[in-house]
Amino acid sequence: MAAKSVIEAIREAMLEEMRADSRVMVLGEDVGKRGGVFLATQGFIEEFGEARVIDTPLAEASIAGISVGLAFKGLRPIAEIQFSDFWWPACNQIIGEASRAHYGSNGALSVPMVVRIPYGGGVLGGLYHSQSIEGYLYNTPGLKVITPATPYDAKGLLKASIRDNNPVIFLEHKKTYRAVRGEVPDGDYIIPIGVADVKRQGSDISLFSYGLTMHYSLEAAARLEKEGVSVEVVDLRTLRPLDKDTILASARKTGKVLIAHEANVIGGVGAEVAAIIAADAFEYLDAPIHRIGGPDAPGMAFAPTLESAYMLNPDKISAALRELAAY
Amino acid sequence: MAKILIELPQVGESVVEGVIDKWLKKPGDKVSKFDPLVEVVTDKVNMEVPSPYDGVITRILAQEGATIPMGAPIAELETSDPAALQAQPSSHSAPATVPTAPSTPNTIGTLVEDSLGVGPTGGGAGPNGQPSETPAGASVATEERFYSPIVMKLAKEHAIDLAQVKGTGMAGRVTKKDVLEYVESRPKAGVAAPARTPTPAPSTPTRPSADEEEVAVSPIRRTIAQHMARSAAEIPHAWAMIEADVTELVKRRQAVREDFKRREGVDLTALPFVIKAVVESLKEHPLLNSTWRDGKIILKKRINIGVAAAAPEGLVVPVIHDADAMSVARLNKAVRDLADRARQNKLTLADVQGGTFSVNNTGAIGTIISRPIINHPQAAILTTETIQKRPVVINDAITIRSMMNLCLSFDHRILDGAEVGTFLQSVKRKLERMGADTPLH
Repeated sequence: MAAKSVIEAIREAMLEEMRADSRVMVLGEDVGKRGGVFLATQGFIEEFGEARVIDTPLAEASIAGISVGLAFKGLRPIAEIQFSDFWWPACNQIIGEASRAHYGSNGALSVPMVVRIPYGGGVLGGLYHSQSIEGYLYNTPGLKVITPATPYDAKGLLKASIRDNNPVIFLEHKKTYRAVRGEVPDGDYIIPIGVADVKRQGSDISLFSYGLTMHYSLEAAARLEKEGVSVEVVDLRTLRPLDKDTILASARKTGKVLIAHEANVIGGVGAEVAAIIAADAFEYLDAPIHRIGGPDAPGMAFAPTLESAYMLNPDKISAALRELAAY
Repeated sequence: MAKILIELPQVGESVVEGVIDKWLKKPGDKVSKFDPLVEVVTDKVNMEVPSPYDGVITRILAQEGATIPMGAPIAELETSDPAALQAQPSSHSAPATVPTAPSTPNTIGTLVEDSLGVGPTGGGAGPNGQPSETPAGASVATEERFYSPIVMKLAKEHAIDLAQVKGTGMAGRVTKKDVLEYVESRPKAGVAAPARTPTPAPSTPTRPSADEEEVAVSPIRRTIAQHMARSAAEIPHAWAMIEADVTELVKRRQAVREDFKRREGVDLTALPFVIKAVVESLKEHPLLNSTWRDGKIILKKRINIGVAAAAPEGLVVPVIHDADAMSVARLNKAVRDLADRARQNKLTLADVQGGTFSVNNTGAIGTIISRPIINHPQAAILTTETIQKRPVVINDAITIRSMMNLCLSFDHRILDGAEVGTFLQSVKRKLERMGADTPLH
């Protein structure tokens, strides 16, 4: 089995799906000749032609709107929004139309579209190329929100998303694109949407995370192991729907919970995870549920010092774990 | 006049807490000594807590539904009884110790510098802080300690006095690990030393659908449920049934019934005859009068028969102590007395403790076969079924006899079919021998 990067796994998933199903197509800024700003669609236009690989103008509202229309007509578009920060113009089409069509038509309409959105910081992208937007998406019924952290998960989940009959927002952390490598089976496999993955077993503390910070969490857990604290790392993988069963089982097992995400803490996905555990696993808790994440700042700054102050890292997560372990 | 605190009284060695079921008095009520104040449900029995002195209830400290450890304060009483003033520790005698709202509240508060924070990020040493120097395991008054939900839950499951557990968490907090280690290490003594209750598999609570209705569970019902689930989960139940020809016993009972009622004032039932046969058989087969504890079989020297009885809120199993020393007539009286008091909620803690073997007369509800759950931690339970006339074959002839089924559930860790078989044969033989000359007294 070959070791691949996250971006290679994503490219492979789309390539295989497009070869297998002629309804699948891609559209977005620079996805054609350029092969995508991160080269996710490199070589696609040569293989599938301009009808299935559409270079669009710099207009995210139209990328999303066209995708909704294509999906209504039975095609399976994969739209790429170059950076999550430019998702805002597409909001109305995605939240106002795509997320509601199935519900509003009493199931008569399906919207089988995927919106791939690179997100997150740590790449010196500054105020306009670094944000984590999952909190906004999270509050929208009708959308599925996926955040893979590993190449294996990325390929399996993207294939599941393309085959899903309603809108899926596929969030790819930019820093994981080339920084994370892992084994990816050749050929077809699916990872079901809505299933979290226990990436490391442990008995003292449950650490819930996703995306880039999942890797930092694993590193922190390995450090704590040497200090005699056993940390279970759960990769949420799918934020909506959240895998309540896995979350509750882990929290009940350990009795102590830390939730780590790069997005700012207030109103984030971690708040929901904390509320689920407080409601349904209260009797098993041995410490207050704790969250760690980005500060309440309007965005990630450009200055490297400020960016690293914003970002989580294994040091920060380890420190939070130690406090929880001592409680 | 002084204000004193009324505590939940210690009622028995193995009872560590009670649920406040219903307050019979409210603040402002005048009470006399021995007036019932509150109904409390323990895992053994319901009880009423009487007022220790004459006085006026000033505050209720334990709300209905709350689970309170024995010895914890549940109400405040204002009294002028000199005995109360003497008995009460000085810290409780001064009215000043009872916090009341100040007439002009300080809405700003006082800034305490270097005080200890709370939670994973707080804590640590501080010159003016709370006992940051508290060495791990130092004795901290129970009221002052914070216990997390899982610690409370484990303490309840394992019947642990948390004051005895050494805390290794922040500022001496008792952690989940501390409790689990304590459970592993503590001496396994005492009848009530509870075996580890299996933690129920985590499940997402389900809500009732439109065509269902949720019924709130009374503390008694919950206790029964826990008891039954624990017994079924911990004890490998096996089951056997035997039939006894009680024709002569039925005749004996009919013959003396009216006379007995006139002299003793109570009806004579078949149950005491069965109990008599059971206790005599238990003497011959002591292994059935035992309990499984920590991988060993503990034989019980006394024979105390629990008799399942229906109380208004659910099943209770009062105990006939030293049943082997009783005649049929005394057993009959004891059964009747316990059943009556169970119905009236008048059982005391002593009435429900110390059972070594249980008998359940399911025949009274018309059953002919039943498979009872063992009264944990006993080794076995026997049910007596409806006596019914049936054609049976005796000496190759069909004849009508009064037959009764005896069903036994037993702990297969302690007993195998062979011992149970001989025990049941013994009970059967004794019952079939009962007849015209069976002594009642």
